[in-house]
Amino acid sequence: MSMMDVVIIGAGAVGSAIARELSRYELKVVVVDKNEDVGGDASKSNSGIVHTGYDATPGTLESRLVVAANPMFDKLAKELDIPFKRCGAILTAVTQEEYELLPELFRKSHKNGVYDVEMLTAEQARNLEPNISPEVKGGIYIPRESIVDPFALVVAYAENAAMNGVQFKLSTKVIDIQVEDGKVTKVVTDKGEIPTRFVINAAGLYTDDIAKMVGQCDFTVHPDKEDYAVTSEGLEEIIESVRRLLPAASPKDTITQYSGLRPVKTPEGYKIEASKEVKGYVGVTGVRSTGVTASVSIAAYVADILADEGLDLKPKTNFEPYRTGFTKFNELSWKEKDELIKRNPLYGHVICRCETVTEGQIVEAIHRPIQAKSLDAIKRRLWAGTGRCQGGFCSPRIVEILARELNVPAETITKHRKGSEILTGPNRLGD
Amino acid sequence: MFETNYDVVIIGAGPAGLAAAIETKKVGTQKVLLVERDHTLGGILQQCIHPGFGLHLFDEELTGPEYAYRFIEQIKPLGIDVLLNTMVLDIDRDDNRIYAVNRDKGVCNIGYKSLVLAMGCRERTRGAIAIPGTRPAGIFTAGTAQRYINMQGYMVGKEFVILGSGDIGMIMARRLTLEGAKVKAVVEIMPYLAGLTRNKVQCLDDFDIPLYLRHTIIDIKGKDRVEKVTVSKVDDNFNPIKGTEWDIDCDTVLLSVGLIPENEL
Ligand SMILES: Cc1cc2nc3c(=O)[nH]c(=O)nc-3n(C[C@H](O)[C@H](O)[C@H](O)COP(=O)(O)OP(=O)(O)OC[C@H]3O[C@@H](n4cnc5c(N)ncnc54)[C@H](O)[C@@H]3O)c2cc1C
Ligand SMILES: Cc1cc2nc3c(=O)[nH]c(=O)nc-3n(C[C@H](O)[C@H](O)[C@H](O)COP(=O)(O)OP(=O)(O)OC[C@H]3O[C@@H](n4cnc5c(N)ncnc54)[C@H](O)[C@@H]3O)c2cc1C
Repeated sequence: MSMMDVVIIGAGAVGSAIARELSRYELKVVVVDKNEDVGGDASKSNSGIVHTGYDATPGTLESRLVVAANPMFDKLAKELDIPFKRCGAILTAVTQEEYELLPELFRKSHKNGVYDVEMLTAEQARNLEPNISPEVKGGIYIPRESIVDPFALVVAYAENAAMNGVQFKLSTKVIDIQVEDGKVTKVVTDKGEIPTRFVINAAGLYTDDIAKMVGQCDFTVHPDKEDYAVTSEGLEEIIESVRRLLPAASPKDTITQYSGLRPVKTPEGYKIEASKEVKGYVGVTGVRSTGVTASVSIAAYVADILADEGLDLKPKTNFEPYRTGFTKFNELSWKEKDELIKRNPLYGHVICRCETVTEGQIVEAIHRPIQAKSLDAIKRRLWAGTGRCQGGFCSPRIVEILARELNVPAETITKHRKGSEILTGPNRLGD
Repeated sequence: MFETNYDVVIIGAGPAGLAAAIETKKVGTQKVLLVERDHTLGGILQQCIHPGFGLHLFDEELTGPEYAYRFIEQIKPLGIDVLLNTMVLDIDRDDNRIYAVNRDKGVCNIGYKSLVLAMGCRERTRGAIAIPGTRPAGIFTAGTAQRYINMQGYMVGKEFVILGSGDIGMIMARRLTLEGAKVKAVVEIMPYLAGLTRNKVQCLDDFDIPLYLRHTIIDIKGKDRVEKVTVSKVDDNFNPIKGTEWDIDCDTVLLSVGLIPENEL
């Protein structure tokens, strides 16, 4: 590969946001990720809350970046054409102990610069959310807590970055970083070397491994649980705590269960800085529970660091901030649906019955700047397979569409990466 | 938009929809329409290539597609209209109209005097029964595996454990064995068989496939593809009994844990 200005390690929310931010400038940028698709590890199993930062630890970098990020989301969601909803949140107190903590939390919110919170009586809380437990004693209303589709967010960051010239090398694992005379020279991957001036470590759970490669690791990262497996104790605990707030909730209402790992850093807290010892190395570490939210402000913060470190950020004249999302077939009127099918009959073929996803949308996702190549990649872009039947109906059909569009045998189509192939070969064909 | 009107519209052309269409026409209804999202009539029968159909009605042992054909061949002569490749997405009960999409016709807006919903079933999933463990490839509902194998011509694994002793699961146990795969166990949480005894004899016993009643899968392990499952005995309240569990190596888990009516319209 030719000489790059910046290599970003990790295509999760943080790395992809940085990629999009840097694509505003005349720079040669490549994102490297070990996974087969953008979307990250932590970034694809989280709650999708765009936090306000009301409960952050005041005075920290995390507080500053989360508080700054929340108001940026209206414009961001518009530019990237992603689902985003300012739904608001109620922090509820069920026990007396929790109730007594409310005033303190209220003031903490102010200390974080989040002033649009309101104390609620039990009655006010119930008026806002009638399903809330009758046990609730009071709460705090946080109007700007919001939700975003986290899969769409990361894909959109990455697609928009790619549209604006950033390269993506997926299924590519960083195994070393070479340093000469106290300066980063090369990123070494399992698919070859990339000479570069700067490297940004946005590797989530693995930021410590990457930091060790440049001898800059004064912290450790570990997942907040032992492994990804969903446990029966875990499920019971979740059901219990949901019931405490919403007594009407039933396990029967659940469609599926999954788990995610938070990258817990010791010592705790965001640490985003250029190394003083190794020029060209920038670490983005400790982004534990708020990285979906803060991704957008972290990206701007990192761009500043790069400028401070001597990278010339010359704005592109042709930067295109707008990216069009996938066709939202479900949201079209009957007349619009009809016109669309007349233009392209693939939109008249419903593949996922639960979420009403058509073949046309799946083909779109496969042929975007960042190609969807696996069942999970299709699922995260279009929600096909996330409904009540959990892919029972659509996955055999999507496997065939993927094989056809990518021009590969169906047996090579995976759930998410090599080793997770769906099929093991042809049947005996009646031999 | 394609607009038309019928006396009776039937959504779904499985055995239920076909029979409904035939009877409706036979009692003298003028305009009858069958709307089917698949490219053929017959519904789930098309993937049930095993024999055992038709014993009561035709006094013969037919496969699913053969049995379906006995109905399908009556459709045209009776003058029943058919819309294939057409998925119904919405019912407007105020105006008595359905909305469907079709590749060639676009949106179809069809008026009815009476509407029959014969949309079949969907299978219960892992999520619906909340099996703990990782989320690897290699977990299928039995009917999805049946479609891959019988309709699309692919195998979905080599070593199987089947959860649930429903008929589809047992029939798939035999089918997989005939395809050269190894079915290591059928695991059923209840103290009795969910499906027909006939299927246990013909699909499990004849192929030496062990059936474990009062057992369940308590864990699925595997990073990318299923690697093993943990099976445990359960007590009278269906809770796993500690100390009775053991692991079975396998690359695929089939779920045959029940059907739910398809009624989302
Ligand atoms: C259960 C849960 C709920 C959460 N809820 C929220 C929420 O509601 N709101 C919110 O804002 N935040 C939430 N978070 C936190 C948020 O998900 C994370 O902070 C954020 O996703 C971190 O993004 P990231 O890009 O740093 O990491 P990741 O998404 O983990 O991405 C890191 C990427 O680096 C790649 N990588 C690692 N090592 C290498 C290597 N050697 N070579 C190449 N690539 C490599 C990985 O493959 C991965 O793609 C939640 C987290 C969890 C676990
Ligand atoms: C995988 C599987 C295997 C089975 N195997 C057997 C077996 O071996 N023996 C046995 O006796 N029973 C079996 N059954 C039970 C089976 O459900 C019934 O025996 C029978 O097929 C039910 O007939 P049906 O017409 O109600 O449904 P189906 O045969 O499922 O037909 C429903 C039809 O409706 C169509 N449809 C659904 N929604 C829409 C929509 N919105 N728009 C347009 N069309 C729609 C579907 O495409 C389908 O063709 C099996 C069921 C399943 C799920």
